[in-house]
Amino acid sequence: MSAVLEVLDPGFFVTLQDGGRKGFRNIGVPLAGALDPVWLAAANALAGNPVDAPGLEVRLAGPTLRLKEGGPVRLALVGAMTGEVTTAEGAKRPVAANAAVTLKPGDTFKAGRATGTAYIAVSGGFLGDADLGSYSTFERARLGGIKGRAPQRGDLIACRALAASAGGDLCAEAPPAHARGPIRIMLGPQDDHFEPETLQAFCRDTYTVSPSLDRMGMRLEGPVLTHNALGADIVSDGVTPGVIQCPANGQPIILLADGQTTGGYAKIACAIRADLPRLAHLRPGDTLHFAAVTRDEAKAARQAAQAVFTQWVCTLAPVRPEGPPDSVMLLSHNLISGVTAGEDESV
Amino acid sequence: MNEKRDTVSASAHNYVPARLLPLGDSALTLELGRSIETETHERVLGVAAALEALKGEPALAGVEEWVSSFCALTVHFDPDVTDAEALGHLLLALAARGTRASIAGLEWVLPACFDEEFAPDLDALAARKGMSPQAVIDTLLGATFRVYTIGFLPGFPYLGGLPEALEVPRLSSPRSAVPAKSIAVAGAMCAVYPWLSPGGWHLLGRTPVPMFDPRYSARPALLAPGDRLRWRAVDRETYDAMAAQAEAGTLDRERFCRKDMPA
Repeated sequence: MSAVLEVLDPGFFVTLQDGGRKGFRNIGVPLAGALDPVWLAAANALAGNPVDAPGLEVRLAGPTLRLKEGGPVRLALVGAMTGEVTTAEGAKRPVAANAAVTLKPGDTFKAGRATGTAYIAVSGGFLGDADLGSYSTFERARLGGIKGRAPQRGDLIACRALAASAGGDLCAEAPPAHARGPIRIMLGPQDDHFEPETLQAFCRDTYTVSPSLDRMGMRLEGPVLTHNALGADIVSDGVTPGVIQCPANGQPIILLADGQTTGGYAKIACAIRADLPRLAHLRPGDTLHFAAVTRDEAKAARQAAQAVFTQWVCTLAPVRPEGPPDSVMLLSHNLISGVTAGEDESV
Repeated sequence: MNEKRDTVSASAHNYVPARLLPLGDSALTLELGRSIETETHERVLGVAAALEALKGEPALAGVEEWVSSFCALTVHFDPDVTDAEALGHLLLALAARGTRASIAGLEWVLPACFDEEFAPDLDALAARKGMSPQAVIDTLLGATFRVYTIGFLPGFPYLGGLPEALEVPRLSSPRSAVPAKSIAVAGAMCAVYPWLSPGGWHLLGRTPVPMFDPRYSARPALLAPGDRLRWRAVDRETYDAMAAQAEAGTLDRERFCRKDMPA
């Protein structure tokens, strides 16, 4: 049975995202999709959905949603973001990070601010508008999301009411943990535009995330990467999220989910798939390092990440309705700040 | 397999050896050349056509999509399903065949309006080239363009075949907002900006025809690699009428195509 959520406040830097829009990159359509598909999957697990059901990605201020029709529905938060439910009668109760909550008709859910990137899932998924097989928002071409854009005040978003047989709300102490240490990359496709010493320096030096950061990509600041005689410009070829472009100024740019489909700068390397979700949580001023790995090591990293997620699902526990109100929330706060803090090597 | 340095020389004489380049753990780029040439591009489309014919075969298990560009083809895949090494061997083998595209692209004649409002860079480009603005327009109208690739933004066509007389470097300072449907030139290329976006190309006119429309589910992008295109001048009144039709969703794009479109 369907239910309808009304957007009372869209928040800031909030978009609808799913697993991305595959199959249209040959006509210039970016993949889009969740910057951290693992945490979206975690939120969906808490909401009882398939891992890539459409959820709200929160990059700054979370939204306020009211269950307008139907219900109850289950809502879940994953990441460094808490929330609060206000019933139709005005009673308030907090919602911890990394927990699900059941909304009854008339309940209002207000999400707080997110540190890094956080996700909100709802039973059945946030069913905005699908274009080319995906709900993911790509605003420039008005694809997906809510009528091709981010949510606005007054929007009505369909989801699904909880089945009577559904169990109680679950929670976790923290989101699925991401790997630590350097961001792992595979060199290429244009690593031959750099001398071996430059490639070594790239895998040794510290880079800082600049304020030029959005869902399309992030510019880094650090020691200049000097091109050899082959230069910085190439005839444009295919790119993908995680690729590290190096324009003539020698300052790398990492493309993210909304990145374009082809690019004309030499690409020194590309982050491996297992480490893409980590990039979602970097903020201006954060520092990072890179480490080159082999294809086999990239595979082992994917398997390790999958094992972490499976283990995380196994640790889900019922939300205690009458526990000390803030212990879970405080605990998860502390754990999360360790995951996303801007200190060196924390990403 | 050392996939980075693996090369294969095609049997035929003047082919540049193909190279396989890793793009992370989830994509491979097959490079067939390093310059923009019709022949290289036709070989890229030849490999793409061969992959199309293999769709559904075990050899392409886990392959999600491929993107052809000027002289390379990038194949995106699910690394947990696809054997990257085997895929790389397949791509090099397809490259070694040296098959040129058998794709018969569509032929388009698209309306272009050169109203002053739409052509902010026309006078400067004309002055730079020692031509009159009308001569620049006539040169553009006399050219037949080849669609090399669709990239940068949904539906953005890179059109080769710009007459040498009009070749210019990009603007030294890119615009933060190029109006949608602007016809632009830079280097040896012409293009149309499908969406309001930043851009550093020289704006010479505007077309009322949308470059991208997801309602055409079989072909959301108007143009495809291998298509050919010419511009036909229309006055502002005609442009405005067509633009209004496009806005209302009633501008039939097939009327600008010389061949039958796929359904």
